[in-house]
Amino acid sequence: MVASQVSRGRVCRVLVPSGVLGSGCPEEAMARGERLSPDCIAVDGGSTDSGPYYLGAGRSKMTRPATKRDLRQLMLARDRLGVPLLVGSCGTSGTDAGVDWMAEIAAEIAAEEGLTARVALVYSELSAEALRAPLAAGTITPLAPAGPLDAATLGSCDHIVGLLGYEPLAKAIGEGADIVLSGRTTDTAVLAAVPLMRGLPAGPSWHAAKTAECGGLCTTHSRRGGVMLSIDDHGFDIEPLHIDNQCTPFSVSAHLLYENADPFRLKEPGVTLDATSATYRALDERCVRVEGSVAEPNGYTMKLEGAGPAGFRTMVFSAIADPRVLARIGIWLANVELHLRGGIREVLGVADDAYRLELRPYGWNALDPRPAPAPPPPLEVGLMTLVTADTQELATEIAKYCNPVLLHFPLDPNDPLPSFAFPFSPAEVELGAQYEFRLNHVIALDDPLTLARFRWLNLGAEAPDAAA
Amino acid sequence: MPRLDEIADYVRSKNAGPFWVTIDIFCGDADRFDRLRETAALSPEAIGAIYGVDPGKVLRFDAPLINVIKISFPRPIAQGGAGDVDSHAGQMFVALLSAEIG
Repeated sequence: MVASQVSRGRVCRVLVPSGVLGSGCPEEAMARGERLSPDCIAVDGGSTDSGPYYLGAGRSKMTRPATKRDLRQLMLARDRLGVPLLVGSCGTSGTDAGVDWMAEIAAEIAAEEGLTARVALVYSELSAEALRAPLAAGTITPLAPAGPLDAATLGSCDHIVGLLGYEPLAKAIGEGADIVLSGRTTDTAVLAAVPLMRGLPAGPSWHAAKTAECGGLCTTHSRRGGVMLSIDDHGFDIEPLHIDNQCTPFSVSAHLLYENADPFRLKEPGVTLDATSATYRALDERCVRVEGSVAEPNGYTMKLEGAGPAGFRTMVFSAIADPRVLARIGIWLANVELHLRGGIREVLGVADDAYRLELRPYGWNALDPRPAPAPPPPLEVGLMTLVTADTQELATEIAKYCNPVLLHFPLDPNDPLPSFAFPFSPAEVELGAQYEFRLNHVIALDDPLTLARFRWLNLGAEAPDAAA
Repeated sequence: MPRLDEIADYVRSKNAGPFWVTIDIFCGDADRFDRLRETAALSPEAIGAIYGVDPGKVLRFDAPLINVIKISFPRPIAQGGAGDVDSHAGQMFVALLSAEIG
């Protein structure tokens, strides 16, 4: 008997197959998870982790085939088990289009597999227009390090989403959803929804969810699939789905450090999880017991995320291995930049403030925030020349002007014409539209359901209401 | 004086949302944890000077249970913003490795 099956009274088991839908869970891990009789299957479908493009452009980071593969696995398991399946932050950024994209994939799978299911779609995309009244009323406030929000910033976002808490998901399941596909949702709310709606205490529920939000990252072998959470009235147990994987007190407690600014106090909609006094105990070689975390109720706030356009980029990548140049690479780079900026102004007639030029010498100090390092010189430098402008055409025009300079710029003016290494022809690589995150704010809500919108689908043509 | 990477077992960094970066220093044992938690090289002022951030905004957390020192601060450039060279902040810790531990 695995330790998590020791009787602890009321228990709610959450099967977390992976950290994000589309990253895959090995079949043997999933099969073992099913045998542990979960009360629900819950997985996150997105994040801001990969940068502002996905929200700004409203595109998914995970591919459609990978997403469909994982969703098929989970829908089939859900059907066999007869338990709810929750997928949060559909389509990476959780826009309305991301939810619809996931719903379309779910419908295809249902048709292909002959499944029936009642599906709740929960949307949380917001328009700048809808947020103007709360902004004027003062209910939108900044999170550090942001300043106060203004209407112009709201209007400059291509997409704005609010992060759903667990309540709209619980409502959908309470009303008979077999599958909940939600827009942007906190990773933890997706995992904590069923335990919380069944009345399990908030401290263990949120702490368990926080620990499992990245799937197997809290285990010793993060590529062997996700974990099973067993939440009870006093704490929770966590074990990997895969038999050849382990959770240890170190792997589980260390996960609270991961990509959290504060490892002890974690803000969720309506509560702050305080894990300061949590204890971590090995129940056996692969299962850990966690107790002692508490959740303090706060005023209910919904975090807002927004991204807007930030110009277009074109890149040129060139490389230098000449030891004579590399011995004085800092001077060479400064002279190249000076020459380029002068030429862009005088030859192209482009004003200094109409573009952004960056020379990033990879292998030298492209990543180092400090001044250039002392010798020895690098063996090779890969030089990324990055141009940002209001249009792709202008960015590329400037990059094309840079091309011959980057190819031939001498260290000393009297040097016979040198040439450097270009890996591509054409040398210019158009990177397309760029986006930036514009919001780091929360909106205070009287009711957690206020900004959630619901739509229902009955999958399975023959018995549209059979699973309701 | 020894460098941070000559004392700590493992150091890593990661974005914590689009606007923050967090550095985890896995000290290895209680002795090294105690030594590193006292050093001026990991003070808010020292961190601020390396990364160009206001020391008043540098947060510090000590996790004695796992001998980890955690340092979090607002990113000088938001994730994906103009001039950002490390979207996930995954290599930002490297500038700290050579800090001399007194």
